[in-house]
Amino acid sequence: MSDGFASLRMENVRRVFGEQTALRGLDLSISGGEFVALLGPSGCGKSTALNCLAGLLPLSGGQIFLDERRIDLLPPERRDFGMVFQNYALFPHMSVRRNVGFGLVMRRVARGERERRVEQALRLVRLTDHAHKFPAQLSGGQQQRVAIARAIVVEPRVVLMDEPLSNLDAALRLEMRTEIRRLHQELGLTTVYVTHDQEEALALADRLVVLREGEVQQIGTPEEVYASPANRYVAGFMGYRNVIPAAVSAVAGGGVVVRAAGALLRGVAQGGVGGGVDVVVAVRPSDVAVGEGENALRGVVEIVEYHGREQAVQVRLDDGTAFHVRTGTRLAPGDPVALTVPAQRVLVFAS
Amino acid sequence: MKGRHWLAERGVDRVLLLLVPGLVFVVGLFAYPVLYGLQLSFQPKEGGGFFENYVRFFADPYLRDTIWITLRLALPAALINVVASVPVAYRLRGRVRGKRFLTTVLVVPITLGTVLTAEGLIGYLGPVGWFNKILLGIGLIDEPLRLVHNYWGVLFSLIITGFPFAFLLTLSYLSGIDPSLEKAAATLGADWWRRFRYVTLPLLAPGLAITFCLTFVLAFSVFPSAYLVGLPQGETRVISIAAYESAFRDSDYPLGSAIAMIMAVVMVVVVGLVLLWRSTLYRGATGGKG
Amino acid sequence: MRPGAWLVWGLVGFFLVNLLGLVLAVVVNSLSVEWFGTWWPNGLTTAWYATAWREMNLLEVLAVTVQVSVAVVVASVAIGVPTAYALARRNFPGKRLVTLLFLLPIMLPPMTYGIPLATVLYKFDLAGGIVGVIVANLVPSVPFVVLTMTPFIEQIDPRIEAAARMCGARTLSVFTRVLAPLLVPGILAASILVLVRTVGMFELTFLTAGPGSQTLVVSLYEAMFSAGIRAQQAVDAMAVIYTGSMLVLLVIALRFVNPTQLVTRLKEPA
Repeated sequence: MSDGFASLRMENVRRVFGEQTALRGLDLSISGGEFVALLGPSGCGKSTALNCLAGLLPLSGGQIFLDERRIDLLPPERRDFGMVFQNYALFPHMSVRRNVGFGLVMRRVARGERERRVEQALRLVRLTDHAHKFPAQLSGGQQQRVAIARAIVVEPRVVLMDEPLSNLDAALRLEMRTEIRRLHQELGLTTVYVTHDQEEALALADRLVVLREGEVQQIGTPEEVYASPANRYVAGFMGYRNVIPAAVSAVAGGGVVVRAAGALLRGVAQGGVGGGVDVVVAVRPSDVAVGEGENALRGVVEIVEYHGREQAVQVRLDDGTAFHVRTGTRLAPGDPVALTVPAQRVLVFAS
Repeated sequence: MKGRHWLAERGVDRVLLLLVPGLVFVVGLFAYPVLYGLQLSFQPKEGGGFFENYVRFFADPYLRDTIWITLRLALPAALINVVASVPVAYRLRGRVRGKRFLTTVLVVPITLGTVLTAEGLIGYLGPVGWFNKILLGIGLIDEPLRLVHNYWGVLFSLIITGFPFAFLLTLSYLSGIDPSLEKAAATLGADWWRRFRYVTLPLLAPGLAITFCLTFVLAFSVFPSAYLVGLPQGETRVISIAAYESAFRDSDYPLGSAIAMIMAVVMVVVVGLVLLWRSTLYRGATGGKG
Repeated sequence: MRPGAWLVWGLVGFFLVNLLGLVLAVVVNSLSVEWFGTWWPNGLTTAWYATAWREMNLLEVLAVTVQVSVAVVVASVAIGVPTAYALARRNFPGKRLVTLLFLLPIMLPPMTYGIPLATVLYKFDLAGGIVGVIVANLVPSVPFVVLTMTPFIEQIDPRIEAAARMCGARTLSVFTRVLAPLLVPGILAASILVLVRTVGMFELTFLTAGPGSQTLVVSLYEAMFSAGIRAQQAVDAMAVIYTGSMLVLLVIALRFVNPTQLVTRLKEPA
């Protein structure tokens, strides 16, 4: 059933709920075999986009194409997509084996073939020993694996995953993340993955789509989005915890000099930034070093959290701004400190 | 295409076709008869003006007084049922030994039905019944109390049939209140009475209002027991009897319908007042999980 | 706290003792040869049950009762469950009005709409027979099924249906293979409650039944109302039979429905 395809395209897909616009014109092209993550805070429209793709929500406008075939008017059962739900949505009245086999029964796959494929899928997610159990008898991680097996056993054209790890505890989440990555590498199924966890998205995806209030903020590889976020929101989402207002005092090529928190900082302009304009600078806590040097800020240590090899430190800068730093240097509350940031790690955005 | 999307955004799609049988049913067999009865009530059998049936009802004390007679029975019955069910349900709210047994026993009166209740009241509370015999035997009274074939017989009947419902509903509402709220109040120094008065009761009150409404409606429409253990032409001539006799004994459907409408209006007024009071209460989550 | 507790249990005990006396009075009378004004009847017999069975056509009455109740249960589930599904799964303009329309037949006592309903049924020649009784009893039963099934369906995660669709299930398969098995407990509970209500429903049956289409409650009432024609012991025997069958139904009902969860569905620790 799963004939290969070159591209899955969403063209200007819009979705409105009454007065509220959840998705304003999403354009996205996914090529066969790719792992794409839709990333954003809750309410950004990422789940809406996934449900539109699945056919569980009708579009308010726009079209979806699989190669040249328009599919947005097909009901979900005829798109041949698989889906993993946030709460797994296992059929509570069926055993693991029957849950996984359900899609094959619906596709009228012959019994022998069906049993073979169910066993194979169960082996793939390491659940062979639990095949006779019912969902209520399984742990969260096991339920999640049943949901994944159920989605992939039919060898769907596309696998859709809606925050599949958010109901698991931290340790299990890491383990299942690796599992999902492994399955994608082994099977090569085209996957669209929705999450609000940037770490998860960076770890899994070939390409990230960052959404905010129904609009695409940036599309790119994990490296691109991580290293050069397109705007201050993407930056905030990508772990640039220090976003502080600043004013431009000089522009030279890609480099700018800004006045922020009572100090002059050299940084890199992201997008057009002119002289005298209000801007923000974004700095990742782990890019900050403790000690005197170029591009320095000064303040007093306020809060210290122990994180093993590192400490997360909140420093009150001289002008009163709170500044976050991750450092291996041992500090104590009340210590005066100087902080330096390499100029290429100070991102300057129009505010 | 636009239209389909527009409707789908507002939740209108083919699933709503499932409503059709139910709607046809409730409109055809409930709304239509009620409206038909309403317009019938404005077409008096004996001729006369538009409101003739209503004028007749309020002019004739034999008809008009049925409202007071019924209220005099229904209000105390509903109040007793609700007030009595609160402490019983409160004692049984948590996990109490024998809860299942006691709940079942208290629900049993539902199965008795009007006739067994009536026969039982006549036999047990009658002048030569066990109840009077015992009271006479221990010398509490000198002559048998008259407890059936009058107001008291109907009131007892209403309490026996109404209490199980009130109790079940109250217990159900009480079980929906998170027990940790009372524990929290206890850690803040509230004794059992203040825990009940300031935490449980305010959360329970909206449920009690609904319980009162339901038991009141049940009691207000009392019909067979008013015949069987009351004085159907005297002090328990309730409004249902007036409506039934007009419509089916005298074949005056318009007057019968008019009385049924008046009955509905009185009920709506009482229920409306209670719900109005309820709307002034806190009605949010009661912390129940589920 | 102590005296309060004793007072409550004392009142409950008083209520229950009197209730027991009341029921016993009927049971003893139904078994007595004769009982006039004494502490205990002057002899016990089961003859009145045979009399009641013969003279009051109990077999026929029971047959009618079973037919009416089963028909009402089946029809109200068939009409009510789809409606409940639509109400549970969709928000649409006018939903509050529709809900109110289904709430009214339960909130209003049967006497108020029963009289106009009987009038209409007589007008269309439907009343007086078993069909009329069934139709009249459906009026509160269908809304009852709708109102009990709506929250039941709401607590079934709609994503389970979505998951079935994503597995390639058409509407029919979603219903037969996923939804129906999940609905069975709810439908059973609603059915048994409708059954209890219908067997116990006096007013609507009374207003629409003719000779030969009376259910047990109504013929029981008629028997007592026309007292004098029948021996009181026979009426009591019949009442005991009625209560016995209701008790059986109630015990079955309590196995399926937890009475404390009528308004809030809690997960009680087992």
